[in-house]
Amino acid sequence: MLSTTLILGLVLGGTYALLALGLTLQYGIARIMNLAYGEFTLIAAFLVVASFQHLGVPPLVALPFVTIAGYGFGWLLYQVMMRPLVARSGSSGRLEVDSILATFGLLFLIQGVLLVGFGANFTSISYLDRGIDVLGVSVALNRLIAFAICVLAGGALVVALQKTRWGLIMRAVALTPGSAPLVGIDVNRVARQGFAIGSALAATAGASISMYQTFSATGGVVFTMKALVIVIMGGVGNVPGALAAGLALGLLETFVATAIDPGLTLAATFAIFLLVLLWRPQGLFGART
Amino acid sequence: MTRISRRAALRALSICMTSTLAFGAGSALAQDGPVKIGYAVARTGPNATGAGITTIPNYELWVDTVNKAGGLTMPDGSQRMIEVVEYDNRSANEDLVRSIERLATQDKVDLILPPWGTGGNLAIAPLMARFGYPQLAVTAVTDKAPDFAARWDRSFWMLGGGHDYAGGLVDVLTKARDAGTINNKVAVVSVADGFGIDLITGARPAFAEAGFELVYDKTYPLGTSDFAAIMSEAQGSGADSFVAFSYPPGSFGMTKTAQSMNYNPAVFYISVGGAFPIYPGVADGKAEGVMAIGGVDAESPAIQEYFTRHTAFVGSPPDSWASAITYASLEMLAQAIERVGLDHAALAEELSGGTFETVVGEVKLEDNQLRDLWWIGQWQGDAFRAIGPADKTGAATPIIPKPEW
Repeated sequence: MLSTTLILGLVLGGTYALLALGLTLQYGIARIMNLAYGEFTLIAAFLVVASFQHLGVPPLVALPFVTIAGYGFGWLLYQVMMRPLVARSGSSGRLEVDSILATFGLLFLIQGVLLVGFGANFTSISYLDRGIDVLGVSVALNRLIAFAICVLAGGALVVALQKTRWGLIMRAVALTPGSAPLVGIDVNRVARQGFAIGSALAATAGASISMYQTFSATGGVVFTMKALVIVIMGGVGNVPGALAAGLALGLLETFVATAIDPGLTLAATFAIFLLVLLWRPQGLFGART
Repeated sequence: MTRISRRAALRALSICMTSTLAFGAGSALAQDGPVKIGYAVARTGPNATGAGITTIPNYELWVDTVNKAGGLTMPDGSQRMIEVVEYDNRSANEDLVRSIERLATQDKVDLILPPWGTGGNLAIAPLMARFGYPQLAVTAVTDKAPDFAARWDRSFWMLGGGHDYAGGLVDVLTKARDAGTINNKVAVVSVADGFGIDLITGARPAFAEAGFELVYDKTYPLGTSDFAAIMSEAQGSGADSFVAFSYPPGSFGMTKTAQSMNYNPAVFYISVGGAFPIYPGVADGKAEGVMAIGGVDAESPAIQEYFTRHTAFVGSPPDSWASAITYASLEMLAQAIERVGLDHAALAEELSGGTFETVVGEVKLEDNQLRDLWWIGQWQGDAFRAIGPADKTGAATPIIPKPEW
């Protein structure tokens, strides 16, 4: 009983964490609160489904391409749309407000394009839906894959950020974007890279979501909300934090659904969210400032 | 700034004049000009999905069909084309109400077609009544339909209420239990949102009355995407029947989860989404035996012709629940106009009392409501066939137990 809850919860948590990784990078490093994040994942999900249905490309094969395309899309978007906002805001706190407004508009733009391009229908494919026995619990293979992707991507990011020079630069920009240029860091370049990697992760998450979940062109905001809750709980820009918060949320939801009542999962999520905001506004793993 | 040269200005002026003349001549040729029909539907926002499946394609298909046939026939035998005025209500009731007001007062349309969804139809009902427009509320499932029909006498409610659907399901299960095919235990989950609440409130007493025991009865929040925990509880509950009062994402999610964990109840019932044409694809071609809300008489030539026409025009087949009813409501409208013209009072009276030939067969409303409906259907072969009420002509025999996934 308990092992069922644990395994199902961890797998669910993994899919949540994967969704949040990109957002935490975009906000943490590029300082852009991307409200269109859910739509980014949807673009990827739709592309994967379309190539699966029309060209017969298996989603797992399409995934790396979508990820690379996501990087390019993020890079371009930062260059065209975010760069002027960053330049205008200087060192003041205006960037946060401006980016929220700009990406809020972007949300509707992408939603409209998706509606025109893919229609309003619910989209759902059947791919690797069979159950896999994990310590006596049957888990859908496609969710296990999403979990594995999350562990791989999250683990690689954590290591890269902590152990490499590149990671050091990223962290420097995240911590004090004002002082980073003093030691010769091109903040614009680093922020652009952070945003692009975030978009690539959003695309990865979208591609894996398309394998196991029903989605429609108007459902992006649900993903953004979930990711936002996890990002804030884990501490903004904190990759291990987002991983831990995502897993914790999955475990919590599964525990509440089996032990108490499925109707309270949402309430439990937001109760924890409130508690974190009240007592640790910097996030569970955020550093005190 | 670019300066507009005199030559360009003159050219523009002449183009304007010719086009005005041409337009004037054109409209003088048509008898009486077009009939203006307005609607405010959700092109964006959360309702866009429902409207995009059930409402908008049928409106467009109908307008196209009527106009290709020369237009709406008036009582004197003349024909008038349909001109559409459309607004996006952005899934917000405030926008919806504003658009309806605009359609009535500024665009002065001849007729207004309803939006998608119970909430939207309730939101505009007082306004439609104030302006005197008949309201053919198709995509509104409500147990209060009799009250609404009495309060707004030009409103028509065509999709029944939660009790009807719950009752239809319980009837099918009762017969199977009495035949000894399933036990009297039922696992039921419902989405904590208007529709799910309506159905579960109707279902609980109906199940109790029929002697069923609800061994698992839980609600889940709207937006839930992972059903592994719920389904494993239901699987362990010992019930032969699994019932979900769900929206499409939930219906699809539960189907996939049941398949991946190899959960094979004798009865697998889901709600909205089960009758969608994409469902067999979602179920990986193993939809056989799955029950869901709605249904059509798949053997009827009128329905088959409608499915073919819809597929050709929209690119995908309609859903097997509210789509055909939506199209039937428009056929009713056209026939009523042919009999009494565009006067709102006469039109409402004709809709209320007349008998109409539609894709779902002969329709006659009772107290402004369509009661001759299918409550439950099942995937059999490649079609979603209606199985209840069992005594209605065209009902298929339910397959219980459902074949394994």
